[in-house]
Amino acid sequence: MNIESLKRNAKEMRIEIARMLEKTHGSHIGSDYSVLDILNVLYFKILKIDPERPFLADRDRLILSKGHASLALYTILAKRGFFSKETLNSYLQNGSPLVGHVDSRNVPGVEVSTGSLGHGLAIGIGMALANEEDKNKGRVFVILGDGECNEGSIWESVILASRLKLDNLIVIVDANKLQCLDATEEIIGDAELINLWKATGFGIKEINGHDYRELLESFQNLPINEGRPSVIYTNTVKGKGVSFMENMLEWHYKSPNKEQLRVIEEELK
Amino acid sequence: MRTAFIKTLTTMARKDIRIYLLTGDLGFSVIENFRKEFPDRFFNVGIAEQTMIGVAAGLALSGKTVFTYSIASFITMRCFEQIRNDLCYHNLKVRIIGVGSGFSYSTSGITHHSLSDIAIMRSLPNMTIIVPGDPVEVERAMEKSDDIEGPIYFRLGKTGEPKLHSSISEFTIGKGLVMKEGDDIALITCGSMLEVTKSVAEVLEKKGLSVKVISMHTVKPIDENLILNTASKIKYLFTIEEHNIIGGLGSAVAEILSEAPSREKMVFKRIGVEDKFCIVAGNRNYIRDLFDISKEKIVSHILSIVGLDKTKVTKCSITSSKV
Repeated sequence: MNIESLKRNAKEMRIEIARMLEKTHGSHIGSDYSVLDILNVLYFKILKIDPERPFLADRDRLILSKGHASLALYTILAKRGFFSKETLNSYLQNGSPLVGHVDSRNVPGVEVSTGSLGHGLAIGIGMALANEEDKNKGRVFVILGDGECNEGSIWESVILASRLKLDNLIVIVDANKLQCLDATEEIIGDAELINLWKATGFGIKEINGHDYRELLESFQNLPINEGRPSVIYTNTVKGKGVSFMENMLEWHYKSPNKEQLRVIEEELK
Repeated sequence: MRTAFIKTLTTMARKDIRIYLLTGDLGFSVIENFRKEFPDRFFNVGIAEQTMIGVAAGLALSGKTVFTYSIASFITMRCFEQIRNDLCYHNLKVRIIGVGSGFSYSTSGITHHSLSDIAIMRSLPNMTIIVPGDPVEVERAMEKSDDIEGPIYFRLGKTGEPKLHSSISEFTIGKGLVMKEGDDIALITCGSMLEVTKSVAEVLEKKGLSVKVISMHTVKPIDENLILNTASKIKYLFTIEEHNIIGGLGSAVAEILSEAPSREKMVFKRIGVEDKFCIVAGNRNYIRDLFDISKEKIVSHILSIVGLDKTKVTKCSITSSKV
């Protein structure tokens, strides 16, 4: 898939997500949209995975630690062939395995269930350690939200990953600048999140999380520093791609109505 | 118990390369030899319990069997959500080793007292809870634990606990051990209160009562058959534990008994730490006495109940002066 078809793919998925949320009145469309281009590049260009054999020992693994962006992940996994469109359409329906926060128990392609913030990085360290011990070439990608980096457990894990020099571990921060109630900068005050990351033992790179060239170039050149874990700090836009959603806090919660869905479909045509 | 734990784990790790040990910066003079023998399968995660459990989950999701080690109060409460979401929900082969349970660290204050751990661990689906009564039970439970695919909480004491079994011919996780048969009173206990319970039984026997003693080393899943069977034959049942009276062994037994068919005929009492914090220092026996779970306090508590029953008083010749 070239960059143009990746972008086409992203538009289709954004429409699909909006349709699903209009139907189910589910939340977190803003987060789905901020992380979607990152997932799109990873799942269609970077990750060594096989939908036919989802448990191959040396596969790359991805943990979506910001588990509320579940629909972005589920939509991509369905598109990538891990499960059917029919299963995807069951999202949030009675008896469906696709619950509102990322779930792995009955969903092929999902490595681990998440939803309470601050869990994914430690789990990723465990997987990266096991890969090292077992001489598996698979890498572990962990996607964190910038709001998620309020959690103390993230920084415990950062210290450990730095110390263990796990260069098969790649953190991606989806810095969409908005949390549940306030902007990230209002919550963390004078501390600039990227500077906190720069102070760790991670190799770091800052990019635009919606620029396909930058995303591809960064993901194709890992680790950033030999013998160190990597963090790709992606500046993103909450609600990216839809004019009335971009950078609007309310779209952490709201689902589009029929009229708004029509506008979304028009804008993403 | 710590020594029995690490010795057994070392033997297991020699045979099974999947076994890992993580610690939250604890285990001085316990874990050193393991660390030396298996440097690639030992990690001091640091004072970071949430990360320790998360790392254990990641390792277990990659096929490892992971033992995590810290003080009971820290390893069950600081990282409770990681235990629930990461271990229990995914039903992972991770063992939570909580040392220094109950009032083991009696002088250290409430931060180090672990009196709610069984209650909170019991509330988690997929969790097995093992509370060994002596070093022999630790060893046998560890050996048997490999058959259990899901998470296990091992609630251990500290060090220097006496061996109360010379050997155990048949040890099964989920089946209580009858230490001694008896007809008048049944004492059901777990963990380091087994030692106290045995001496309580000796005192009661001297007073003419026939006492059955059960080491209920597995609190979850609890041995329902043994409880019901005992209750069908013995009128007086007591649970004895170094844990809050709410949610521990006593509650687990009460849940079974309250639904038992013949409950109108039995007398049941939970003996444990009343729902209060300890606000003073003191050695373990002092604190146990303060909270009415010393040998003497338990004996008089039991006699006050058994002694109220006139038939029992006659039969066992207990007088109020003795109480």
